[in-house]
Amino acid sequence: MSGVFHASILFLVSAGLQVVFGVQKIFNLACGSFYALGAYVGVSAVQAYAAAGGPAGFFIVPLALAGLAIGLVGVVVERGLLRFVYERDETFQLLLTFALVLMLEDAIRLTWGTSPLSTGGMYLVYGQVRILGAAVPVYNLIVIAASLVIAVGIGALLTRTAFGRIIRAAADNREMAEALGVDMRWLYARVFTLGTALGTLGGALVIPATAAMSEMGIELIVEAFAVVVIGGLGSMRGAFVGALTVGVLRSVAISTYPELEMLLIYLIVIAVLVLRPRGLFGTAATAT
Amino acid sequence: MMGRVVLALAGAGVLAVPLVAPTYHVLLMLPFMAYGVVLLGLNLLFGYTGLVSFGHALFIGVGAYTGAFLTSKFGVRSLEAILVASAVLGALVAAPVAALCVRYVKIYFGMLTLAFGMVFYTFVLKFYRVTGGDEGTPYLRPSLLGFGLEGIPKTDYLIGPYYYYSLVVLALAAAVMWRVVHSPFGLCLKTIRDNPAKAETLGISVGRYRWYAFMISAVYASAGGALLGAPIGNVDPTLAYWTHSGNLVFMTLLGGFASFFGPLVGAFAFIYLEDALKSLAPSFWRLIFGAILAAIVIFAPGGLMGLVRRARPLGVSRA
Repeated sequence: MSGVFHASILFLVSAGLQVVFGVQKIFNLACGSFYALGAYVGVSAVQAYAAAGGPAGFFIVPLALAGLAIGLVGVVVERGLLRFVYERDETFQLLLTFALVLMLEDAIRLTWGTSPLSTGGMYLVYGQVRILGAAVPVYNLIVIAASLVIAVGIGALLTRTAFGRIIRAAADNREMAEALGVDMRWLYARVFTLGTALGTLGGALVIPATAAMSEMGIELIVEAFAVVVIGGLGSMRGAFVGALTVGVLRSVAISTYPELEMLLIYLIVIAVLVLRPRGLFGTAATAT
Repeated sequence: MMGRVVLALAGAGVLAVPLVAPTYHVLLMLPFMAYGVVLLGLNLLFGYTGLVSFGHALFIGVGAYTGAFLTSKFGVRSLEAILVASAVLGALVAAPVAALCVRYVKIYFGMLTLAFGMVFYTFVLKFYRVTGGDEGTPYLRPSLLGFGLEGIPKTDYLIGPYYYYSLVVLALAAAVMWRVVHSPFGLCLKTIRDNPAKAETLGISVGRYRWYAFMISAVYASAGGALLGAPIGNVDPTLAYWTHSGNLVFMTLLGGFASFFGPLVGAFAFIYLEDALKSLAPSFWRLIFGAILAAIVIFAPGGLMGLVRRARPLGVSRA
């Protein structure tokens, strides 16, 4: 079950990665840093909430709100940096997000210091239940359910709303969408913010179960990377299946043969890239 | 002509560094020369063939661990033997990796190289019985041209014999690479970069040439890794981490990938910039570093060499 919990968080972050890649064709190396940012902001929000005497049972509300709110940093990043490089070679886009990784890492260290931060005893505030003989914190179940709801929500957003249709149109054929009157600046700012907010929310939600550390971002990015490769770049279904695969395999490997942990996942990534480079659910949007 | 004068001056300057500069700066030149070798190779792939690898730290790792194992576990101390062994091992590892990677271009190539880099990283991190895990493996002082040089203090060894040895390796590597990129082979690579479809119709086997370029760059990176590890004295897995690969691309871009000497300029600038920022702003040097990288990407994609030349905006939308 801890694997599924991890998978839910991974799904949120990789869904953010996917929506950005799908529309903007930018592979955002900084998505892990957004995740770390969300985690730290989440810790601060919960601490402030506890200090203000809020009932412990509702700590998840400020936590999630803080995670979503800090996602607005995506607007700043998109308008302030990324919009200058859309016409450039993707190498430059990749390097710009790498620059973001470096900047955010220190920005986090400067703001919150270097020692790990945690939310204290909030994790078990909802108690535990026994599932198949293993004790599972109820909080994990809440996060799993929330991420399922978000998955369904994103699916509905993409297929049932006007905004979703515009996103899919732009992902398929940018020039045509633009010719039909879609304002790309408007779209890019929103899509990037959506992607960022998914990452920061993932970071905020993971934090009661672990501690916020400055390296958590660059470590998560390689896992999120594995997820999108396995699932297929730009595909939401792919992010879902990929996250489940990576999350569960990781926890199985940790409990059986720890040396293999990430090695196994990278080997699967390579196998997928070699055998089926578009991933399990890669679509035309990923071609060329 | 101007270029030759600058090159001669730079060469003379580098030769004179151990005689005039403080020890500290001489020591900073050692990673510059090692990275110089790595980046000369990386740029054959990046600047000349148009493939951006986010996994070349893998080969630095192969080279550095080869040196560490040979000196500390097999009693081989000769740096010549280490360099040859690193190059051979690097090529052996690269052969299948390159064969798989060059089937893809652009972002997929970058991702596949990143994945291979992380496989190697995870491998050396987890199999600590062999590799020492995150504590690393000691890299004992190698002998140079058969001279043991055990008697002299480590600093004297590094700023004297080892410095000039690295310089010779870098000069040889640069000379060979110069011939490579100015040969018909180098021209073919550029054609592949600019227009792979046309290259194919002209009879160039695009896949095979990309593989050659990858192999050469991997051999350079491995040899550079062997040079890089010796002054540190200990080799640990962070050498192969993906952010290290990212830094390699950063260095190349900083100097200018469109120019032959750009990567060397980039390595030099990167190392001194990193050193200066670390002492000026120990708690937020990465922030400044990232801002500089972002500024280069946005305003000066030609890097330092591009700024010097003030030529046409190189690298803009090459796709």
